[in-house]
Amino acid sequence: MGDHSHGSPNTSGTVATAGQGDEEKFQNPGLPPHRPRLADTNPRAEKRAERQVALLFVISIIGTIVFFIGYFSIHLDDASIAELRLQNILLGLGTAFAMLGIGVGIVHWAKTLMPDHEITEERHEIRPEEDRVIAEKMVGDIIEETGIKRRPLIRNTLLGAMVLAPLPAIAVFRDLGPLPGDTLRHTMWKKGTRLVRDPSGTPIKASDVTLGSAFHVIPNGLNDLPEHKLEEKAKAVVLLMRLNPEDLNPSPGRENWAVDGIVAYSKICTHVGCPVALYEQQTHHLLCPCHQSTFDVTQECKVIFGPAGHPLPQLPIEVDSEGYLVAQSDFLEPVGPSYWERG
Amino acid sequence: MSVPSATPYEAKTRLGRITNFVDSRVSGSAMVKEFGRKVFPDHWSFMFGEVALYCFVILLMTGTFLTFFFDPSMAETHYQGSYVPLRGVEMSVAYESSLNISFDVRGGLFMRQVHHWSALLFVAAVSVHMLRVFFTGAFRKPRELNWVVGGVLLILSLAAGFTGYSLPDDLLSGNGLRIIDGVIKSVPVVGTYISFFLFGGEFPGTAIIGRLYMLHILLVPALILLMIAIHLFMVVIHKHTQFRGPGRTNNNVVGYPVGPVYAAKAGGFFFIVFGVIAIIAGFFTINPIWNYGPYDPSPVSAGTQPDWYIGWVDGALRLMPGYLGGFPLEWVIPFPWGDNTLSLNVLLPALGPAGLVFTLLFTWPWIEAWLTKDKRVHNLLDRPRNAPYRTAVGVAGVVFYCVMWAAASSDLIATHFHVSLNDVTYWLRVLFFVGPILAFIIARRIALALQRKDREIVLHGVESGRIVRLPHGEYIEVHEPLDEYKRYRLVDFESYKALPAQPDANGKVSGKEKRRAKLSRFFFEDRVAPVTPSELENAHHHESPAEVEAKADDSASIEQR
Repeated sequence: MGDHSHGSPNTSGTVATAGQGDEEKFQNPGLPPHRPRLADTNPRAEKRAERQVALLFVISIIGTIVFFIGYFSIHLDDASIAELRLQNILLGLGTAFAMLGIGVGIVHWAKTLMPDHEITEERHEIRPEEDRVIAEKMVGDIIEETGIKRRPLIRNTLLGAMVLAPLPAIAVFRDLGPLPGDTLRHTMWKKGTRLVRDPSGTPIKASDVTLGSAFHVIPNGLNDLPEHKLEEKAKAVVLLMRLNPEDLNPSPGRENWAVDGIVAYSKICTHVGCPVALYEQQTHHLLCPCHQSTFDVTQECKVIFGPAGHPLPQLPIEVDSEGYLVAQSDFLEPVGPSYWERG
Repeated sequence: MSVPSATPYEAKTRLGRITNFVDSRVSGSAMVKEFGRKVFPDHWSFMFGEVALYCFVILLMTGTFLTFFFDPSMAETHYQGSYVPLRGVEMSVAYESSLNISFDVRGGLFMRQVHHWSALLFVAAVSVHMLRVFFTGAFRKPRELNWVVGGVLLILSLAAGFTGYSLPDDLLSGNGLRIIDGVIKSVPVVGTYISFFLFGGEFPGTAIIGRLYMLHILLVPALILLMIAIHLFMVVIHKHTQFRGPGRTNNNVVGYPVGPVYAAKAGGFFFIVFGVIAIIAGFFTINPIWNYGPYDPSPVSAGTQPDWYIGWVDGALRLMPGYLGGFPLEWVIPFPWGDNTLSLNVLLPALGPAGLVFTLLFTWPWIEAWLTKDKRVHNLLDRPRNAPYRTAVGVAGVVFYCVMWAAASSDLIATHFHVSLNDVTYWLRVLFFVGPILAFIIARRIALALQRKDREIVLHGVESGRIVRLPHGEYIEVHEPLDEYKRYRLVDFESYKALPAQPDANGKVSGKEKRRAKLSRFFFEDRVAPVTPSELENAHHHESPAEVEAKADDSASIEQR
């Protein structure tokens, strides 16, 4: 029985794999006998199935009517949210009944009343051998008639042309956007820029920042930018927190970046750029809600958990003559996710 | 050169004249002849592909409606529509028009809901359909190319979903785009440039929504349509696979003809899919953009999650540690011209798992054929238990996917079950590596056990529930043998044996062949062979004489139950 009786002819002759080759198998008993359905033998059952199908189609008609009731009875001009929700439910129910009535009806019709005799159809070879022979010869003749094998000069110049021709199609996409330049290295912050609340734009006095509080901060003037407001905001947002000065452990050169324990850090996660919006007052941890990178404010926002690869940049701040918090300078490193040129 | 026949056909009825007009111009008869009674095998698991197709049709219909009202502009505006809480808020025109579709176009909200739910179901149906094809071995020769087309369709459905998800320009999808921007920037050398070209400058810019819109309503759906056409064309060429069973062979197709039964069932099923989506859309709110507000780079809500199909990549991003034993995976490389940064902490999770999954997915038909050296045509499907090695690989893949998927909800798992977020992440990191291995072992054992159970049923029949007392006092339960049709379902399968390394034409055994043999031994050493007729014969002979006697003499039995 080593013929894989259910396999198609194997041209290569290497069939040594199936593991079944030398074992006997059960004979295929053929299709099981057809069992008639109730509706096939009992005229009353047939009539009942017919009525059920018709009823389902009537349900569909009712569904369509429900849709129109929902559509025309509620006017959106003066609709409350509750009415809008009701309309959405009516449209949904109406459509659902309209569709399910048709769908279930047709399927029920097919299952109970249409013939349920299974039919056997033979498969045909996908590629008859004689077709392959003819096609192979045809392709050979076509290539021969072009003479491409005999004329390498034509072939090679054509290849060269084909390689170069698509390049303009790539090049025209150059103007999709400007080159990055050093835009990612700079933000709106500069010496003397006031720290103001996001989104109201009111300035912040050092005395407003009580111990344990946190402020979402933007640079003064951001709200008045005529354009590129979101682009600037996406880089410049800052979190302002006040800790006990003894809890802060500034590294050399950063000792005067804080004001009485008030520190400002970039709010843009150094992982992939989500806003690091959650501040845990007790532990002084900043948590990014997107991928859970956790930064420790007491250790200059070092990464203590999660996928971020470097600390949040700190914005050096001081107090101006009127007692408002201002930036000493821009960030000293690029904010946000790292990139190849960041270094 | 066709010569008009001597007696031209004259249609008698009006319908006849119309069909004759069409037929004599585009040869409709030939199509009817080819497809009218074409046979399709029936099985519930064959419907997932249909669900996917129907979802796509619904997406085209509702999507077309939405384009009539949506404006993909990122120009700034102040909302004046009928949703009171957002009146006066500064937002993009895209977000405003999405709000207007929801609140000021009758049925617009319903259309958005149907569109979004269909999109979620579309990707789900494509995925489950591919799992069905994988676990039943339907991807084998001659259908390998159609499997690849299916894989492309899966990627395209993800692309369609993602580009559409971002269009309303709300806070949630804006954060999604920001994550994409961060991932793109991690690509070495060209990442920053790609980001600037994609967004038309710095993130978020004013170009991205319009560009995604064009991809979403033109390019991606056109490609999907093209791929669906190729996919279905190949299904017609190959004819559908069928499960093994009585009357079914590798050379035939058993099932219902297209007209009328299959067409009615498949056509009716479209309306059922539409109806179910309509119910869901009517009752369950999806993506309530008015709650999120317009995109602003500063706020974000806790528990942010992408649509389900992007979850596994997002989960991989969460699982990856930024530092490994104190060393940053964000690697600053000192080049002669200055330092450059290679962000492995972003690049690896974003591309690694997806690359691995899709590489294995696309190449699996050839890997399996190489491993088994089985180059035959397979029109019969395997029950998953009858291919334990493949089922184990598939389950391992599913577990790998699900670990990452769970990781995308790590914060919600932590808050719902009151456990530490860090612990959840640590456990999932372990499971990322261990989970697929365990899954492989367990799934294979379960498949083998089920095969043994099938053998047992074939050899000794099914428990009848009849307890019989033998003349000498012993109680036994009578087992009833299977009828030949049921038996054939359980014995008709192929069980590969481990295939030792074969010498090639020069009589040498190559290293690759040795590795293949090793892998083959690993996969096929444990196997359960199908019952042969002689085994069944022997089993009957060895049945205890007492039992046979008891069966013959029912009067001595005590019936129970």
